[in-house]
Amino acid sequence: MKPFLLLFLLIFLLSTLAQLWLPWWVVLPLCLGLAAWRRAAAGAAFLAGLLGVALSWWLPAAWLNTHGAQLLATRLATLLPLGGNSWLLVLLGGLLAGLVGGLAALSGAWLKVRW
Amino acid sequence: MLRYVKAGLALLVAIVLAWVLNTKQGDVPPVARLLSPYRGFWRNGETAADFPARQTLHLPGLRQPVRVRFDDRRVPHVFAQNDHDLYYAQGYLTARDRLWQMEFMTRVAAGRISEVVGPRTLEYDRFQRRMGLPYGAENSLREMLKNDTTRLVLESYSAGVNAYIGQLSPAEYPFEYKLLDYAPEPWQPLKCALLLKLMAWDLSGRSDDLRLSNIRRKYGPEVVNDLFPDYPWREDPIVPVGTPLDFKPLPVPAAPAPFAAALSDKVPQREPDAELGSNNFAVAGSRSASGLPLLANDPHLQLNLPSIWYQIQLSAPGQNVYGVTIPGAPAVIIGFNESVAWGVTNVGGDVLDWYQLKFKDAARREYWHDGRWKPVRRVVERLAVRGLPDRLDTVLYTHHGPIVYDHDEKPFNPQTPTQHALRWTAHEGADEVLAFVKLNHARNYRDYDQALRTYASPAQNFIFASNQNDIAIRPNGRYPLKYPNQGKFILDGSDARQDWQGWIPMSQTPRAKNPARGFLSSANQHSAGPDYPYYIGWDYAPWDRGHRINQQLARLKKATADSLRVLQNDNLGINAQTMLPWMLATITPATPGAPKCAAPPLRPNSPKARAVQALARWNYHYTTDAVAATIFELWYQELVKRLWDDDFGKATTGLEMRPPSQDRTNRLLLTQSGSQADCFQGASPWIDDRRTPQKETVQDLLAASLHSAVDSLTRKFGPLGPKWAWANQKSTDINHLAQLTGFGHQDIVCAGSRGTVNATSARNGPSWRMVVALGPQVKAYGIFPGGQSGNPASRYYDDMLESWRTGQLDELVFLRAADENHPRLQAAWRLEQ
Repeated sequence: MKPFLLLFLLIFLLSTLAQLWLPWWVVLPLCLGLAAWRRAAAGAAFLAGLLGVALSWWLPAAWLNTHGAQLLATRLATLLPLGGNSWLLVLLGGLLAGLVGGLAALSGAWLKVRW
Repeated sequence: MLRYVKAGLALLVAIVLAWVLNTKQGDVPPVARLLSPYRGFWRNGETAADFPARQTLHLPGLRQPVRVRFDDRRVPHVFAQNDHDLYYAQGYLTARDRLWQMEFMTRVAAGRISEVVGPRTLEYDRFQRRMGLPYGAENSLREMLKNDTTRLVLESYSAGVNAYIGQLSPAEYPFEYKLLDYAPEPWQPLKCALLLKLMAWDLSGRSDDLRLSNIRRKYGPEVVNDLFPDYPWREDPIVPVGTPLDFKPLPVPAAPAPFAAALSDKVPQREPDAELGSNNFAVAGSRSASGLPLLANDPHLQLNLPSIWYQIQLSAPGQNVYGVTIPGAPAVIIGFNESVAWGVTNVGGDVLDWYQLKFKDAARREYWHDGRWKPVRRVVERLAVRGLPDRLDTVLYTHHGPIVYDHDEKPFNPQTPTQHALRWTAHEGADEVLAFVKLNHARNYRDYDQALRTYASPAQNFIFASNQNDIAIRPNGRYPLKYPNQGKFILDGSDARQDWQGWIPMSQTPRAKNPARGFLSSANQHSAGPDYPYYIGWDYAPWDRGHRINQQLARLKKATADSLRVLQNDNLGINAQTMLPWMLATITPATPGAPKCAAPPLRPNSPKARAVQALARWNYHYTTDAVAATIFELWYQELVKRLWDDDFGKATTGLEMRPPSQDRTNRLLLTQSGSQADCFQGASPWIDDRRTPQKETVQDLLAASLHSAVDSLTRKFGPLGPKWAWANQKSTDINHLAQLTGFGHQDIVCAGSRGTVNATSARNGPSWRMVVALGPQVKAYGIFPGGQSGNPASRYYDDMLESWRTGQLDELVFLRAADENHPRLQAAWRLEQ
């Protein structure tokens, strides 16, 4: 498997699992460690962190947005303001968390720890 | 090496970003925590599965199983086997739907908003503390805990709320906690008392004492008596004039010489809205189709979401009651049971007075009273502020009460720092909860009479009807025993004769029972006519609503619940009906041969001429599409402004004063402004605008105000047309309690105005409409503009709004037994240990 794909999947799966019990920012040490361990290229690591973490938010948020939370999401998207578009809120949330994940993974990739 | 620097930099950016997203920044919520699908707002969604049709909840401390049925509006019908479990379940279920709201409101009352919001609300918090709301709540709590019943009710209710709080993980906190980033704290009986004080503030916190003192100082007592009389020109008091007294009145304290208070520009800021008011009415069996009484109530309050009220049915051995509750307070406040129904409206009595103090020196440790220096008690208030160290605020207390204002103050005379102490019935300890618990249990008039004796503040017009064919009303509360006019002006805090001298006995409050006319009503007007022996206050709501209600009730024969519903939605403007014909006659050119002072003709088809045409065709109903209602409201408003601004406005006089009431204004306009026939000779000098050299007539004022009304409406909506519709101009909004955009409803198209029976204005309106038909089997109807759930994700957050908007009522599901079948029941839960 390509190193990018593997890193991305690892980040996605482990951050999903970890966030079930731990605060969301657990993705930061997680991406840092995983990227450093897998020794991905900097660009690939950033992208894997960004997308892996983002996906760990997009999937459950999209599910909740279609299962009971859309009314509230629409109201919140009016308040923020995102024009009352709840899907923008799904997208934005994932991107913000993904950005933290991506930067952490980038840092890990540059560290390139040898185990 | 470079890559370590790069890595370090990237890590630093990531950490800073994560910190920023994880932390509340000023008013910006902690974005990532809020948006996380694991713990954030997404978890507050509500699906059908979140509300199972059957389930058993295990709650610590319950003594016996409790059964709860929910109807299709999500109203819980609670069947408990003892009082402890009943109020426990009420606390639990209310918290389940309204936890954030009830907790937030107690923070508002206690002056503890800054703790969660930050320094922005510090002044507000300080004000609440200085007004003594927490002080009054503590006094009341002491009284309440002395009574075994009230103690049980409060402690059980609190235990129920805490059982719910105890179940919550942060991911399950109500949405607003996540948005504002804080956690619920344990509930205590004090919070219930705080909510009552908040109601007292909303309903009895207004005071014009300073303004009236300024007016007396500037214009003298004759002008005050003339323009600010103790009893209006037109009135239709709550207790009908001529109702015989069933008691021997106490002697009233002698009035000391009037006190010339120092001129002051310190008026209370943040006064409650003067528009708040309510209607209730009861129709005797002689006027009803069933031969048994009907009762209606619609309290008008600021309309918010989550809804102000929460419906519930409470059943336990000895009681089975249905009605609305205040989230955070036990028992039903407005409701009915199988035998009786009751409702409340606010009493505009003067139960809040200001005392001007004389301190010994600038240290303000002693004040002069009754011929000697008395010590000032200093109370240090600790205000927690989010993100900042606690603030300490020292509040000075005299035997009158707290000194509310001592900031932003330029003493009138530096040698004698004059400041004002507040005397207010809401500071007195009293057991209002017991009154409601007893009303919930009431079976007849005697029980109602007994129940009201511990009810002090905010004073309410308690209307009552029973299936024994009794109707009654009582403007009830603790009223200070005053000499006439006491507290209409600033009082002298050093003169013991100006202290409150005791109380009107609870058995001598105004009252009426089964009057010959066959109906009773209240709409915040004067409690009783001049034949009532005590002075309670002088400034009540205009007579419009009360008069219209009585007019309509007097016509009722064979009334049904629907007749009362129709009356609740009545949109006739008594003020327009009284004033508009005169306004039009005075401004429109008279027929040929008219006196030379007839108004100049309006240019045909000019905006003003078209406005006048629309007005002339109007039937005075504030319907949603009434263009004339829009024009009249603005025209009248402008007229009043032009009439009084030069005499009582701050810009002209430099003083904080207030204009005369609507009643006195109308009397002046209709009877003291002169007539066209003699060119307005002998008009009252108040008509003239003293800011201009020439002498204005009322015709000039009318013309100028019509011009500016039409002008401003044209600028706002374009040329006269359907856009000028009343609903457009009024634009009723129901906002979220925390003013969150997107969480309320704006520009609701609904009829009514502040002066019509259907008193729906821009922000205030009927917060609960209820009609009860007593009978062998009681039937009741009700609606409020919102829903049972406080969760903005829920369909039940605002599912009743549409019915409310169109003036419909739901039939209320009233169960006689826990296992009764009813087509509208949807869920059955069991609560047990």
